[in-house]
Amino acid sequence: MILAHEELQALWLTVKLAASATLILVVTGTPIAWWLARTRSRLKGAVGAVVALPLVLPPTVLGFYLLLAMGTNGPVGMLTRALGIGALPFTFPGLVVASVFYSLPFMVQPLQNAFEAIGDRHLEVAATLGASPLDAFFSVAVPLALPGFLTASVLTFAHTVGKFGVVLMIGGNIPGISRVASVQIYDHVEALEYAQAHRLSALMIIFSFLVLLGIYRQRPTSNKG
Amino acid sequence: MDQIIARFRVDWPGFTLDVDLTMPGTGVTAIFGRSGSGKTTLLRAIAGLERSPHGFLSFNGEVWQDDCRFLPVHKRPLGYVFQEASLFPHLSVRKNLLFGLKRCTAEGAVSLGQVIELLGIDHLLERKTDCLSGGERQRVAIARALAVSPRILLMDEPLSALDSERKQEILPYLERLRDELHIPILYVSHSAAEVSRLADHLVVLDGGRVSAQGPLVETLAGTGFPLCAGKDRAVVLDGVVAERDEAWCLMRVEFAGGSLWSRDRGIPPGRRVRLLVPSGGVSISLERHSDSSILNSLPGLVETVLDGEHPGLSLVLVRIGASKLLARVTKRSLAALSLEPGQSVWVQVKSASVME
Repeated sequence: MILAHEELQALWLTVKLAASATLILVVTGTPIAWWLARTRSRLKGAVGAVVALPLVLPPTVLGFYLLLAMGTNGPVGMLTRALGIGALPFTFPGLVVASVFYSLPFMVQPLQNAFEAIGDRHLEVAATLGASPLDAFFSVAVPLALPGFLTASVLTFAHTVGKFGVVLMIGGNIPGISRVASVQIYDHVEALEYAQAHRLSALMIIFSFLVLLGIYRQRPTSNKG
Repeated sequence: MDQIIARFRVDWPGFTLDVDLTMPGTGVTAIFGRSGSGKTTLLRAIAGLERSPHGFLSFNGEVWQDDCRFLPVHKRPLGYVFQEASLFPHLSVRKNLLFGLKRCTAEGAVSLGQVIELLGIDHLLERKTDCLSGGERQRVAIARALAVSPRILLMDEPLSALDSERKQEILPYLERLRDELHIPILYVSHSAAEVSRLADHLVVLDGGRVSAQGPLVETLAGTGFPLCAGKDRAVVLDGVVAERDEAWCLMRVEFAGGSLWSRDRGIPPGRRVRLLVPSGGVSISLERHSDSSILNSLPGLVETVLDGEHPGLSLVLVRIGASKLLARVTKRSLAALSLEPGQSVWVQVKSASVME
């Protein structure tokens, strides 16, 4: 199957976007998931609900508010301008920021479940063996939650690949900057280029299936530990 | 100086732990009580796993917790054995043992090799933790707790998750710890058999409060505490096998205050044993009888007279040297011999069995 230059560009952009968002979310989502799994604070419910919001909101709602926030007069926009970064909307970094917000629950929720499944006991054992809380997190919690990390990363990656609405709202449709695969397919369909739309769409289906297959096949082994 | 002072108050809905304890900083102290009496909570508070506001804890002169200090768990020089082995599933047996060792700053009183030898786990080191039997897992857990060279070992019902065969497998190792490591052990248990076999000192908890505490034998004998051999009150004596008489299949066990003949169990002389002496097998006379079938006759002083489990019965606590025996006699015999505290008597011991 031969892909046109612009299609390859769209695929590459998609992968780059999904990988960046996933990496950022591993770093930022882990502390949130850990806090949610361990806290007895009354704020737990509220924070959990905010994290889950992107699951239920139409992408346009999130995209709209992100656009306002990142725009010239929004708080984020004023900050980025003050820092000399310039405006984020319709740029690749802006797209990454939007993806991070939009994919947050896909990272946090599997991780939170994995951390909760570890329970207190192993961490208490670690403490009695002289491990500080931070030490116990890295030497016990992370290795025990490794299947959770894998699931969360793959889901986040795959979800970022598949998004469309937020990308259009924040990134527009600029080749090489924000025209990712899902947007490219939309373009093909708009232009009645069904053959090209078929190729990209089939690729997306195969990719998504393989990702989910990978996750579901590792499930039974991850429960045993 | 060598003592543990613990004052805790933990309030939970429907349960309050309220203790003010001074425990010896040496030997095995058993924390004994029914389930729900607060034993585990007390042990967790001592470890620092449970925070008790306004609590106080000092260990052999060092304050671990008071109103302005709380030494975090990972900085306390203790070993903790949980009810379930709780080995780290992502690490091999060897790496489980090394986990604490790598983080331990104290100069090791016990070497890892010694710990491995003590618990007989040499052949298990390269295994994965899920390839171990229940007894093996618990032995590894005990070894892991000891590998950090703790200055005190806390054990929370380490045998309760095991069947009786596995218990018998581990008890000898626990006795070795007691006899060979010179660190204090706090041992939580609801089993009178384990407590009387292992402990030197006893703390009895009831409903979150201390209902009795003291040296094992006095506490067992004096408080009506139900250590039973069958239905009978009993005491335990720590002794050493002094000689074996193979012709008559007997062995002589020396304890602080005298010695007793018991059935030969094939234990080599010099080995520490603990004898269980049921009060029903102990009788009292004012003079020594040499024409009795009972082999063991010991001189002693009556210390106290307690009520027995039946209105017609009394329990007489007799001091023999540094040890104490409990004799069950009828109230009628008590009156006939006019036994009272301070009186010199002879006790005949019909049965004393090695606890194992």
